[in-house]
Amino acid sequence: MLKLALSIIARDLRLSLRQGSSTTMVMGFFVMVVILFPFAIGPEQAILARISVGVIWIAALLSCLLSLDRMFQADHEDGALDQFMIGPMPLELVVMAKCIAHWLTTSLPLISLTPILGIMMNLPPQGFLPLMLTMLLGTPALSFIGGLGASLTVTLRRGGAILSLLILPFYIPVLIFGVLAVRASIDGSPAGGHIMLLGGFSLFAAAMTPWAAAAALRAGLE
Amino acid sequence: MIFSGLDFAVPPGGALILNGPNGSGKSSLLKIIAALLPAHSGLLSVGSEDILGDRDWISRNLCYLAHKNGLKPDMTVAENLTFWASMMYHDSNIGPNINDIAAQVGLAHCRDLAIRFLSSGQARRAALARVLCHPGRIWLLDEPTVGLDANGAALLAGLMNDHLAQGGRILAASHINLGIDPDKSTGLDMADFSPGASRRSVYDRAEDVIC
Repeated sequence: MLKLALSIIARDLRLSLRQGSSTTMVMGFFVMVVILFPFAIGPEQAILARISVGVIWIAALLSCLLSLDRMFQADHEDGALDQFMIGPMPLELVVMAKCIAHWLTTSLPLISLTPILGIMMNLPPQGFLPLMLTMLLGTPALSFIGGLGASLTVTLRRGGAILSLLILPFYIPVLIFGVLAVRASIDGSPAGGHIMLLGGFSLFAAAMTPWAAAAALRAGLE
Repeated sequence: MIFSGLDFAVPPGGALILNGPNGSGKSSLLKIIAALLPAHSGLLSVGSEDILGDRDWISRNLCYLAHKNGLKPDMTVAENLTFWASMMYHDSNIGPNINDIAAQVGLAHCRDLAIRFLSSGQARRAALARVLCHPGRIWLLDEPTVGLDANGAALLAGLMNDHLAQGGRILAASHINLGIDPDKSTGLDMADFSPGASRRSVYDRAEDVIC
């Protein structure tokens, strides 16, 4: 079963590399959203440093949404989803593999960009490592919850907008604890609790959402 | 309700050809057998085992070729086939030989071309190659000839007759003659079982029997 999951992940990574556009688009969008803030708020360094963590987290959430709607839609359009459904691998595991592939092709590139954006937003030096660590811990939840949203909207022609409305409320806990953990470590107060909650939320999402998403896919295709 | 009172049997080495007007439920019946659609009621048995909706049995024994080919446009013929073969032969170390199968459907020269560069007929041949990569002995084919040229249709007929000769079973939905040996195939006109035509069954009941 693990071999099957790995071959799905490898397939999705290969497709993403070959199409290329979606990952670069997400990265470009991430940078653009963050760049807009200094223009709107002004170049005052104290204010930028104060909002930097929140802005980078929000931009990451929005960028993540951008590529979610294609997660199952492409497989639905070319008939691969039907084949997965009657195939030997449980649909729950297929969903899990696709969420992991989404995380690898979307969140990981975003995390690699955060140091540059941190410099741009005047993020205090002691905040860089905590920011990347919390994003590494928190973004899997974004992909897994997003997978649930994508499976619910797979048969809708313009599912992207409703997907955002559906999913963003569930991203709020990730945002809260992600920002709190970084702020706490910048201020020098203990951040362990926030980080643990963030990791716990990701694990919870990884354990629960594939079941719901698989059920939604089955219901949607009937 | 699409159809009721349906009753059929497919012996090993036999084919069942579903025909009937558009909307008479040919594709739906195949999807019900593949557990992609739920049946309101009915029985589908192999031996004494009821397999209606039994995903585990279906995944090992049914090979379903739908209208859509199930192939990734951005991957080559060989990559697509290797992927599906690895899915289907995950528990054994030996799988089908992709090169042989590509040659069998006449795609040996474009095994390293992405599917999006192929014509629709060639893509359909690649989908047939995917069927050949499947260990399942029961083929569900939904309009398998769509997009195929005369040579392709003849090739398909050859593949299907070979499959039947080896004791496999085929359930195919088609409007045209698929070229299967007439001794081995039976026709089923879905129009006979549509709610308007059939007054035979009072209850909403379908009885489907394989084997």
